[in-house]
Amino acid sequence: MTGAPPIVEMTGISISFPGVKALDAVDFRLFPGEVHTLMGENGAGKSTLIKALTGVYKIDEGQILVAGVERRFGGTADAQAAGIATVYQEVNLCANLSIGENVMLGHEVRGPFGINWKATHRAAAGVLATLGLEQLDLRRPLATLSLAIQQLVAISRAMVTEPKVLILDEPTSSLDANEVANLFTVIRKLRDQGVAILFVTHFLDQVYAISDRITVLRNGGFVGEYPTRELDRTTLISKMIGKDFATLRSLGSERQTHHYEPRGEPLLKAEDLGRKGSSEPTDLELHQGEVLGLAGLLGSGRTELARLLYGADRPDSGTVWLRGKKTDIHNPTAALSHRIAFSSENRRDEGIIRDLTVRENLVLAVQAKRGWFRPLSRKEQDALTRKYLAELNVRPADPERPIKFLSGGNQQKVLLGRWLATEPDLLILDEPTRGIDVGAKAEIQAAVAALAAKGVAVVFISSELEEVVRLSDRIIVMKDHRKLAELENGPHVTAETIVAVIADEGDDEEGDSE
Amino acid sequence: MRDVAARRGAIMRNPAFWGVIAIAALLAINVIKDPSYLSIGYNGETGRLSGNLVDILRAAAPILMIAVGMCLVVATSGIDLSVGSIMVVAGAVSMELLSGMDGSTGNAALTLAVALGIATALGAVNGILVSVVGLQPFISTLVMMLAGRGIAKVITGGQNTTADNDSFAWLANGYVAGIPVVFLLAMAIVALVWLLVRRSALGLMLEAIGMDSRASRLAGVKRRNLQLTVYSVSGLLAGVAGVFATASVMTVDVSRTGYQLELDAILAVVIGGTSLAGGKFSIGGAVIGGLLIATLDKTVVFLGIPASATPAFKAIVIVVLCLLQSERVRSLFRHRRALRAQSQKEAVAA
Repeated sequence: MTGAPPIVEMTGISISFPGVKALDAVDFRLFPGEVHTLMGENGAGKSTLIKALTGVYKIDEGQILVAGVERRFGGTADAQAAGIATVYQEVNLCANLSIGENVMLGHEVRGPFGINWKATHRAAAGVLATLGLEQLDLRRPLATLSLAIQQLVAISRAMVTEPKVLILDEPTSSLDANEVANLFTVIRKLRDQGVAILFVTHFLDQVYAISDRITVLRNGGFVGEYPTRELDRTTLISKMIGKDFATLRSLGSERQTHHYEPRGEPLLKAEDLGRKGSSEPTDLELHQGEVLGLAGLLGSGRTELARLLYGADRPDSGTVWLRGKKTDIHNPTAALSHRIAFSSENRRDEGIIRDLTVRENLVLAVQAKRGWFRPLSRKEQDALTRKYLAELNVRPADPERPIKFLSGGNQQKVLLGRWLATEPDLLILDEPTRGIDVGAKAEIQAAVAALAAKGVAVVFISSELEEVVRLSDRIIVMKDHRKLAELENGPHVTAETIVAVIADEGDDEEGDSE
Repeated sequence: MRDVAARRGAIMRNPAFWGVIAIAALLAINVIKDPSYLSIGYNGETGRLSGNLVDILRAAAPILMIAVGMCLVVATSGIDLSVGSIMVVAGAVSMELLSGMDGSTGNAALTLAVALGIATALGAVNGILVSVVGLQPFISTLVMMLAGRGIAKVITGGQNTTADNDSFAWLANGYVAGIPVVFLLAMAIVALVWLLVRRSALGLMLEAIGMDSRASRLAGVKRRNLQLTVYSVSGLLAGVAGVFATASVMTVDVSRTGYQLELDAILAVVIGGTSLAGGKFSIGGAVIGGLLIATLDKTVVFLGIPASATPAFKAIVIVVLCLLQSERVRSLFRHRRALRAQSQKEAVAA
């Protein structure tokens, strides 16, 4: 690798937006046949650097060499023509077109009578086959595929032009462990073919699993470039956040040693709670002050169960007792009035309301609970907002800014504030830390621990098993929309324990993994 | 200096500002044609103000009513195409009742209550179709638009019913302190609605539904009740507009009263800066939009534009206004101005 010249070399890149220096003298090199990860907190400048490379943003200073020639691209299409393809976090495909059409969109094979669909589909099949997707039916609409396969189709689409550089911007944020493994197989294959891959992710495990080198950015500045094997996790994190990692780490271990013994009557008891097609009948008990983790792969039914508890979906079987009384929770309004709150995993569509301000987003649930004819005065709203912005360390702490201008982590904190403001006895958090940076993650975990200590019952759902293990008192392991096992958490329980529970079950049914 | 520029930019970005400019421009055109256009007369004997401006305010009253109702519906990302038809139903009910009774004030009050009650009920039917049944607002209210005019024709037996009741007519033709009662009533109702939505949390809830109905449902916002409320209020306000429109001539014209006024209401809302996609809404903007429509209607007549060319004239004014409101068009102009200034500078330097 050291012998070959870099395919991309960016030196001293600076970009200013009005009032902010988004990138300040950043260097970046990418060699053929390597996976190079770009690390940094939200707002560190990762996306900006990618957009500088592909020409979406104009650079103010610095030099970009591609294959030894100085280049300034005019946009993604221009960069693609020069062999730099980008796959973004959100799948940018047309759900209602077929797989083949999606892969070849804009690169259709043309004959004398317009598009030659036969040849086009043949070309699409060829590209898909190189990524191990030859079993896909090209004529099926894209929407019938899982998000993970769609992600792979998006990569296939990028590979149509046979790029020398492939940029993957958080391709794994909505994939489960199995799907990530599949994606990595594909990435390794491409790397071995000599493609230079620039990878952006928030998941540390994945960084260490796939990348050869790491470049760390912080606040738009260049921190350093390191071979992965010479940089341990603790050092990497402290380089990303620029402060001591010990403070972050102490929090989790504290929680695990404290184990809560449930006493007396459960806060919530569910029997046979289920809904046809989404959740098998499940029994569940929840006590005050306890954190119940729901673990399982993506699509294992964690979210569906949580939605039933909140009434976001209507259960069609089972009984729920709340504080010992039989209760019917058939919609969110009812749940809120029973002091149950639920934060959806889908922050963008079911969480924030983009065009409302931070204050409006924060007071919405409290206000809805009171009814519109009993408005919170502006003073009360401001007090609530101030309180939670400070408590959860939201930045910028500007209540009148539309929430869409905040980073993902800070949006999530505002949402947490929204639910806390309703003073819930039971708080259901579905993937509250997905796609947010290490610092915000630690703060949200700390907030969850503090809530439990105050006597709130918390249901905590996360794809990161370590996180579930660290925070929970009890863990329910789910698979195929049903409860597989219930584990009392303790020093003997680790992420591997949970994986083993899921895997053991899988062996009986003849797993479909490779 | 920069502060002033920033403030000026903010004003220019406010769509309602361009509505005010358009009203001023139309009045200016009228003044050019007749310098005494803006003069307001005062009749010492009756204590009434008179003049073109007073006429415009009087004509604006029904449009203001339906525009404000439309504004609330649009905020929830809905639309109410039935306001014109509900107007004619309210008018038909009033005239039919009054024509069979003596002209006492009590009868006028009773008639008003029945007409507005029926209008509200029709609005509530819209609301139920949209919120409970889950039909698209466009379809539900389109059905009501067609049905409403039919109902009005059934009520009057297809006739243009005329009635006599001085108290009822006073609503549209009377004066208080020299100003038309109808305009005072309209402004009072607008103020009431504004207080209702902005002093309670209703406004925030409506915007939340319009921006993101899934997220607001999970936040506990009761979409169903709110939609029902909003469509009922729109029906009620359309009923008021219908009373205003028929009381001024004490005749309901079943085929022309309120005809196509839903389009004027939608235009007024859009001119006022409320996006048809829902979300943020501005009642003040809708009022300015309504006043502009009324001014435009009067101007068309005053300039003697032939009836066949009227729609085209209206369309041109509105398209120009929308272009001015568009951020993109304005930045294009700024860009060209900057280019010209630069080339002039370069020419001087050379």
